[in-house]
Amino acid sequence: MTKRKAVALISGGLDSLLAAKVIQDQGIHVEGINFYTGFCVEGHTHAIRKKDKAKPKRNNALWSAEQLGMKLHIIDIAEEYKDIVINPKHGYGAHLNPCLDCKIFMVNKALDWANDNGFDFIITGEVIGQRPKSQRKETMPIIARESGAHDRLLRPLCAQNLPATLPEREGWIKRDELFGFSGRSRKPQIELADKLGFEEFAQPAGGCCFLTDEAYSKKLADLWEFRGEKRYELDDIMLLKIGRHIRPAPNFKMIISREEGENNFLEGYRKQFLHLRTISHNGPLTLIDGEPTADNIEVAARIAARFSQGKQAELVQVKATFPDGQSKVLEVTPILPTEIPQSWYI
Amino acid sequence: MSTFQLNAENLLCPMPVIRTQDKIATLQSGDILEVTCTDPGVLSDIPAWCRINGHKLLDSGQTGRIITLEIEVVHEEED
Repeated sequence: MTKRKAVALISGGLDSLLAAKVIQDQGIHVEGINFYTGFCVEGHTHAIRKKDKAKPKRNNALWSAEQLGMKLHIIDIAEEYKDIVINPKHGYGAHLNPCLDCKIFMVNKALDWANDNGFDFIITGEVIGQRPKSQRKETMPIIARESGAHDRLLRPLCAQNLPATLPEREGWIKRDELFGFSGRSRKPQIELADKLGFEEFAQPAGGCCFLTDEAYSKKLADLWEFRGEKRYELDDIMLLKIGRHIRPAPNFKMIISREEGENNFLEGYRKQFLHLRTISHNGPLTLIDGEPTADNIEVAARIAARFSQGKQAELVQVKATFPDGQSKVLEVTPILPTEIPQSWYI
Repeated sequence: MSTFQLNAENLLCPMPVIRTQDKIATLQSGDILEVTCTDPGVLSDIPAWCRINGHKLLDSGQTGRIITLEIEVVHEEED
C-alpha cells in the first residue's frame, strides 16, 4: 500500500507541533512547511536585541521539526505577502493583522507545494475558537474553499467538530483518533503535549506575527499615513521592529536605538539615511526617515541629545551625517521631557 | 564533487537558512557548500536545518563577526 504523505504548516508553536505529531502517529509521512513573511517575531528581533541574548536563539519551526524527526521546508513569501497585508479581502483583525487572508494564502501555497511534490493532504494546527479572527467555526470552511485545498485540508486538533475530510473518508486517517478541541483554553493542548511526551514547547502570546502586536501595527499605520500610500519594503518593516520611533513633524520621523544590539543593527542602515550621533557624550544612533528641514534637524538633534548621556548637560554636540556623506556638527540644548508631546511617540 | 560559496552576510535569520536551503537544492550529493553569515542565530539554525534534512555539517567557526559553516550535501535516493 502506498504510504500517504501530508505537509504540515509549522509555525513553531505548540498547536502545529501537536497536529503534525498526531498524524505522524497514524503512520503518515509528514514534512513541514514554514513561511517567512517578513513579520515573523522570532529570528530577527532576537538576533538584534542585546537584552534577548540570554534567550535561546533557536528557530522554533526548525526546533519543532527536529522534535518530530521530519524535514522542514522554509519558504520566503515576503514579496507576495505584501498584497495580503495591503489589501486583505477579509479585512484586518484587532490591529493590522490580516489573519484570515493570511491563512488562506498559506494553505494555498502549501497546496501548490503539495501538488508539486506528490503530497496527498495538508495539516494545520488550527483549533475552532482559538483565535478571534481566523480560527472560528465559520472561517474554517472559508479557508478550505478559498485556498483551493477543500477536503484535502485536515485540522487534526479540531477535526471531530468539522465534516470528515478526504483523508478521513478514504481511511488514510482514523477520525476517532483525532480531536475535538475548541475554544480559547490551552488546557487540552497542554494535556496532549504531556501525553505525547513534549516537555518543552514555544507558546508565543498572540502568535508569531508582529502584525498582531498593537505597537507594531501603529508604526506601520503611521508609515502608510505619512507616505500617503499603503506600501512597504522589507527594510521598512525590519526598522519598525526596533528602536524608539518619534515623529516630531509630518515630514520626518526619528528611529532612536534603545540599546547596543539595536545600535549595531541601525549601523547597517546609516548610509541610506540622514543620521545623528552625539559626539560630546555617548548616545544612541538615530536615523531620520523623511525630508526634514534645517529647523527639523535642530529639533531632532535636541531629542537625540535627550536620549544620550548628556541629557543633563547644558550643551551637547550632535553630528548630522547626510546620505551623500556630508556632515555638520550642531551644538544643542537637550530637549526637556516635557517638551516632547506624547503624540510624537509612535 | 565541487565546492561552492554562499554569502549570507548581513542577513538575519531565517534568511541565511532559506538561502542555504535554496542553494543546496541546486547542488549534487557530495558537493560542499561554504556559507558565510553574520547573524549569530545561524550557529543554531543552520546545524538544525542540516540535521533534519540529512545534510552533513562538516565545520563551523567564527572570525570576528564573520561566521563560516561548511556543509556536505546529502540528497536522499528516490525510492
